[in-house]
Amino acid sequence: MKKIMIFGAVSAIAQETAKLFARDGEHLFLVDMNLGRLEALRDDILARFKTKIDIYEMNALDFDKHQELFDKAVQTMGGLDAVLIAHGTLPDQTKTQESPELIIREFNINCVSVISLASIAANYFVKKKEGCIAVISSVAGDRGRQSNYIYGAAKGGVTTFLQGLRNRLAHSGVSVVTIKPGMVDTPMTAHLPKNPLFAKPGDIGKGIYKAMLSGKAVAYLPGYWRLIMTIIKMIPEGIFKKMKL
Amino acid sequence: MIIGDYESWGRFPKYKPFDVFSVYWRNEIPDLSKFPKKILPFAWGKSYGDTCLNEDGILIDTKNLSKFISFDEETGLLRCEAGVTLASILDFFVPRGWFLSVTPGTKFISVAGAVANDVHGKNHHNSGTFGCHVTKFELVRSSGERLICSSEENTELFKATIGGLGLTGLITWVEFKLKSCPSAFFAMESEKFYNVDEFFEINTKSEKKFDYTVSWVDCTSSGSRLGRGIYNRGNHAHPDDYELPKLPKQKLKSFPFDAAFINSATVNLFNMLYFNKQINRIEKNIIHYDPFFYPLDAVLHWNKAYGKNGFLQYQFVVPYGNEKESVKEILKQVSGSGMSSFLTVLKTFGDMKSPGMLSFPRPGVTMAIDFRMGGEKTLKFLERLDSIVRESGGVLYPAKDARMSAEDFQRFYPQWTEFENYIDPAFSSSFWRRVTKNELTVNNSQLTF
Repeated sequence: MKKIMIFGAVSAIAQETAKLFARDGEHLFLVDMNLGRLEALRDDILARFKTKIDIYEMNALDFDKHQELFDKAVQTMGGLDAVLIAHGTLPDQTKTQESPELIIREFNINCVSVISLASIAANYFVKKKEGCIAVISSVAGDRGRQSNYIYGAAKGGVTTFLQGLRNRLAHSGVSVVTIKPGMVDTPMTAHLPKNPLFAKPGDIGKGIYKAMLSGKAVAYLPGYWRLIMTIIKMIPEGIFKKMKL
Repeated sequence: MIIGDYESWGRFPKYKPFDVFSVYWRNEIPDLSKFPKKILPFAWGKSYGDTCLNEDGILIDTKNLSKFISFDEETGLLRCEAGVTLASILDFFVPRGWFLSVTPGTKFISVAGAVANDVHGKNHHNSGTFGCHVTKFELVRSSGERLICSSEENTELFKATIGGLGLTGLITWVEFKLKSCPSAFFAMESEKFYNVDEFFEINTKSEKKFDYTVSWVDCTSSGSRLGRGIYNRGNHAHPDDYELPKLPKQKLKSFPFDAAFINSATVNLFNMLYFNKQINRIEKNIIHYDPFFYPLDAVLHWNKAYGKNGFLQYQFVVPYGNEKESVKEILKQVSGSGMSSFLTVLKTFGDMKSPGMLSFPRPGVTMAIDFRMGGEKTLKFLERLDSIVRESGGVLYPAKDARMSAEDFQRFYPQWTEFENYIDPAFSSSFWRRVTKNELTVNNSQLTF
């Protein structure tokens, strides 16, 4: 029975990954800021699978409680084998860009808190000489675009941080998995008009599960985003800056 | 909000809501008294007519209430959220040896919709309706109350909500019994019948031996072949008794575009081919539950084959007594009208009583006939069928209806006035406004059925 902590567990994508690990009988420690939602998720999983689930309520912005959370998870489960960091918000770009306060807040949620949690996980796993740190970043972090660059920059920060962390941990038996989903049909994107590029949370959740099992470095989900982003990254900046993206 | 997502299955009538509000968590239901217009729950939009529509009102989209809550392996009691589909229940539970106690002809409906329409299926003759297997549910009212309704608690609301067309409050979860099943397969027999009388002969002997029965009727045939068709019956297949095939890999196809593909020429051809496809009088097969219960689900959005104008399903039940004559008379009308039906289904209901106050099923013969919506001509024709149903003492099924008159509804469901006491004051639907707008006083004692 592996021991897995999922941060931001009630997000539509993380729920799907949690179910797949639960199906395998793994012990889950689910963290989110809303206890009622955590309970609903726990009930759903326990109605389906015989496994162990602990839930823990906390806000990612309570930075000074991050270490306490890990200690609690390790203590409760008697260890820790993998961490999935899945929380995040999708800010309204036009509203956010007017307010430094909002920008800082979005960075704190989507970048700073993620880096903090990943660092604590890294320090724990390094001593253990094994483990898996998976983080949901985004294709939006691959290149800044006017329609979404605050979210994109925060995710870009996460992606670069994970690159470095992966490099640091390459010989210590710890895998660092950067998940880069494209657009996914979840409550976070409920207000956006849908197009055929939108994926289902179930498919993304399964992609994360597989990437975590294999310890893959970077997983674009669905896979076609690797090609799309390769092309987008190839466009010269002189041209890119005039494009409406 | 994409309005196309909030159509009813028949795509007629086309009523747009004022707004849609999605709920995601059962403990985060908004204050239902605070909406600016009347509200109505909506999940997967598989009701055919306007029971799931709320023109210029608010739809509360419950399809994201998709979690299981608990399952008791001893009793088979499943508690799950309102928007959970029958499909997701089958996906999970059939491999574990459990099946739905009652299922209609599509699995893409929510459990709360199954309660609100008190749906029935091929085993009505021995298992009654979906509502017969519901033990409890939670109902959120605009008063802010969250009521647990069962046969012991809030009994009246329990009865009113089963078959209550979503008008009594917002169902957040439902608890109901699954039944154990030996496999995902059914031992099915198909027997041809050449007229209505033969159907009834086969039906009498089949219902005793088979848990599931339903018939397809060729409603383009007439004369001595009036009401010919194929009688399908089956039981759960036990692996000890049959060699079961491998589980099929399900690939759903989707009807790609709006096209009035269904017209009298294609319908005549289909009916002829379908009847003659079966060469022997009786054929036996072991088939998976998908083709057995849900042949039409294999093509998502098959309703688009009727084109943009949509279609109407006419489903009635006539009580025993003159049932053969009523069925024959309806079939005569249909085959003589040129308004042929692609799919016509014939089945008898048993006498197991549902707790539902407004439930449709009752002992008798039920028939469901699909008609392409051809405007006034189609509507006028259906009024002719109404008079036959009325004279036979039958009733129509609200979940399928888009056009019955207020007078007929009130005659068919005289208990509607009692039911009105349980409607939540914040709730309404296009259907309900349509069938109650004329405050007709129908004196039941004077009706000659």
